[in-house]
Amino acid sequence: MATNILMPALSPTMEEGTLAKWLVKEGDTVSSGDILAEIETDKATMEFEAVDDGLITKILIAEGTEGVKVNTPIAVLLEEGEDTTVEAPVAQPAAKEVAAPAFIAAITTTEVRPAMEEVPAGTKMKTLTVREALREAMSEEMRLDDNVYLMGEEVAEYQGAYKISQGMLDEFGPRRVIDTPITEHGFTGIAVGAAFAGLRPIVEFMTFNFAMQAIDHIINSAAKTLYMSGGQMGCPIVFRGANGAAARVGAQHSQDYAAWYAQIPGLKVVQPYSAADAKGLLKSAIRDPNPVLVLENEILYGRSFEVPDLPDFTVPLGRARIWREGSDVTIVSFGIGMQYALEAADELAKEGISAEVIDLRTIRPIDYETILTSVRKTNRCVTVEEGFPVCSIGNHLSAKIMTEAFDYLDAPVINCAGKDVPMPYAANLEKLALITTKEVIEAVKSVTYR
Amino acid sequence: MALSKAAKKSNTSKDELLGYYREMLQIRRFEEKAGQLYGMGLIGGFCHLYIGQEAVVVGLEATAKEGDQRITSYRDHGHMLACGMDPKGVMAELTGRSDGYSKGKGGSMHMFSAEKKFYGGHGIVGAQVPLGAGLAFANKYRGNDNVSFAYFGDGSANQGQVYETFNMASLWALPVIFVIENNQYAMGTAMKRSTSSPDIYTRGQAFGIPGEAVDGMDVLAVKAAGDKAVAHCRSGKGPYILEMKTYRYRGHSMSDPAKYRTREEVQKVREEKDPIDHVRDLLLQGKHATEEDLKAIDKEIKSIVNESAKFAQESPEPDLSELWTDIYA
Ligand SMILES: Cc1ncc(C[n+]2csc(CCOP(=O)(O)OP(=O)(O)O)c2C)c(N)n1
Ligand SMILES: [Mg+2]
Repeated sequence: MATNILMPALSPTMEEGTLAKWLVKEGDTVSSGDILAEIETDKATMEFEAVDDGLITKILIAEGTEGVKVNTPIAVLLEEGEDTTVEAPVAQPAAKEVAAPAFIAAITTTEVRPAMEEVPAGTKMKTLTVREALREAMSEEMRLDDNVYLMGEEVAEYQGAYKISQGMLDEFGPRRVIDTPITEHGFTGIAVGAAFAGLRPIVEFMTFNFAMQAIDHIINSAAKTLYMSGGQMGCPIVFRGANGAAARVGAQHSQDYAAWYAQIPGLKVVQPYSAADAKGLLKSAIRDPNPVLVLENEILYGRSFEVPDLPDFTVPLGRARIWREGSDVTIVSFGIGMQYALEAADELAKEGISAEVIDLRTIRPIDYETILTSVRKTNRCVTVEEGFPVCSIGNHLSAKIMTEAFDYLDAPVINCAGKDVPMPYAANLEKLALITTKEVIEAVKSVTYR
Repeated sequence: MALSKAAKKSNTSKDELLGYYREMLQIRRFEEKAGQLYGMGLIGGFCHLYIGQEAVVVGLEATAKEGDQRITSYRDHGHMLACGMDPKGVMAELTGRSDGYSKGKGGSMHMFSAEKKFYGGHGIVGAQVPLGAGLAFANKYRGNDNVSFAYFGDGSANQGQVYETFNMASLWALPVIFVIENNQYAMGTAMKRSTSSPDIYTRGQAFGIPGEAVDGMDVLAVKAAGDKAVAHCRSGKGPYILEMKTYRYRGHSMSDPAKYRTREEVQKVREEKDPIDHVRDLLLQGKHATEEDLKAIDKEIKSIVNESAKFAQESPEPDLSELWTDIYA
């Protein structure tokens, strides 16, 4: 059977090429793997090998010919009797029209629903530190599901670098509370592999600064596998630990990664402020079938809050919380930024400015609806976060508000963020680099024209 | 690497030899067809062929049992076929169609099969090594006797995460077999230009991991070494390193002009060490099969491969709604 040998595409971008040289002539017998010709592509000169065995009966394109389009027949091969080749390429099905504008579709992921309280009225409360709340969340989930385990540096025998896992080794034993060597890249990869196999690891990073060594596995391995596998293989894993500035620890140990991880499809990201949210969100994160980052804060670990005294208290991912209702301005924050937002709201109230304070709690997926509803009411918005100001969460929210609530705005949205500098060590400079309550108050006054 | 070629007397049964022959040939023909479809513009992007290395994965798969896992790099077509994935689904993924293993969203480098315990298909050099140890971690955690095969290249063997993983795998006695497919090149970098010692398998010594070099062009040698490694891992003794000395005939990927080695070098390996010819000779010399028998196998495999190519061209492109699915479970 005679088949055409076609001009091959020899690079992802090649559309045509030069048939530089024939290494066979009419009448030659070739076998699979023999080099037929040299072809110049847009990138290099490449050798073109025979796929099938047979006899070259005709050369259709002379050597030296330039601009030979991919898939042009260049020679004829006679095979010995066997049905082998795919002949002409079957026409590619024409791509259908492009889907709805990606920008709108991409970011409108949360459905419309009220930001409701998770706790029924009259629920008994108990006082817990954020540290205790996180520990309760992990321990409760580990009691419920043997697939859940904790690994990280100093989590077991040392009882946790920040004592989050205190006592857990005693209760769960070394099979489930595992001290790792100081090899973030490696142990994160191992945990992600274990999650592919169906375990539900909780990876504690001593702080998220060190997770930069592991970010390849968080993003390329954990976040993308479900998509790359067409939905076959997921990665139920939690990455948690202290994030953001501590105190006086300098530039390499003081960084907020909220905006980094918030960008990645396939990840969920939470950053709790209160102990109740720390507990409820971490429990939801452990149960979630996707990779979830829980960005904690060292300064908040020791702070006490009221936590519902319920046997199984969870907070849904993707839902903001209105901490305080107001009518003059919307302040949106998350994590330790909430401290400045709430302090500012107290001060502003004394001056007769009523601020609505929203705690995002989940950074991805963001509860846009709660924010937009509030901004449509107050017509003004200030965002507050500790991270760097360029490409911050606040920048993103501003764009979203501008796109979806432009006509409601009575002033530009102001983003309060950390300063655009590496964190300095000196006490006075560090203070200057961080966001302050005073800056939030000034921003609110500016958008309310006071 | 002294390959004894067909001269070596083999105790391997006829059925086993025929099985190796068939499986290696299927990979080769499949890859040749993939190269051809690439040339026709039906496969795009990066496409890394496994031609020349077939004995490694076929020999090792012969040592695996139900429940064992495997994971590798972007050079993954051979691994998928050898663990029993359907050539149609693999080829349809190569053409980016809806019947591909990843519904067309993964491509040549990113395919998975939960059913066959094939965990990808990874594009970041070295990433599959800790991931593979993580699969082994899960086996140990669950207390079963399954092992995981983590395949990586000579170039990948210089990644730091490989040694982080060696350390933890040994420390925690994880049942993982580290399979270094040393095809002597990482893209255009010959091993001697990138790697300080010629024997990568000895790098486990520092971590107390036994290792050995294996003639990766000889499927029987691969099988024998694999049996040993698997027995070691299954019995709870921890990880094992197998450095498969092998060779890739084609370029690193489809767009590699391969100017870093001579045509003669490639031709010499093909003529003297080809893994398929080796088994073919064993079959003929041992009178296990006639030329006619082998021709019949050839024909059968060609038709399987042609069918997969046809299927891969007829399968529709993914529905546009697929852009937004499988981001979250
Ligand atoms: C971290 C990283 N760096 C660089 C690359 C680009 N790259 C892809 S394959 C490759 C060579 C790898 O060689 P080897 O590990 O020997 O595997 P082989 O391709 O020979 O199978 C390089 C540099 C990559 N994919 N990932
Ligand atoms: Mg290599």
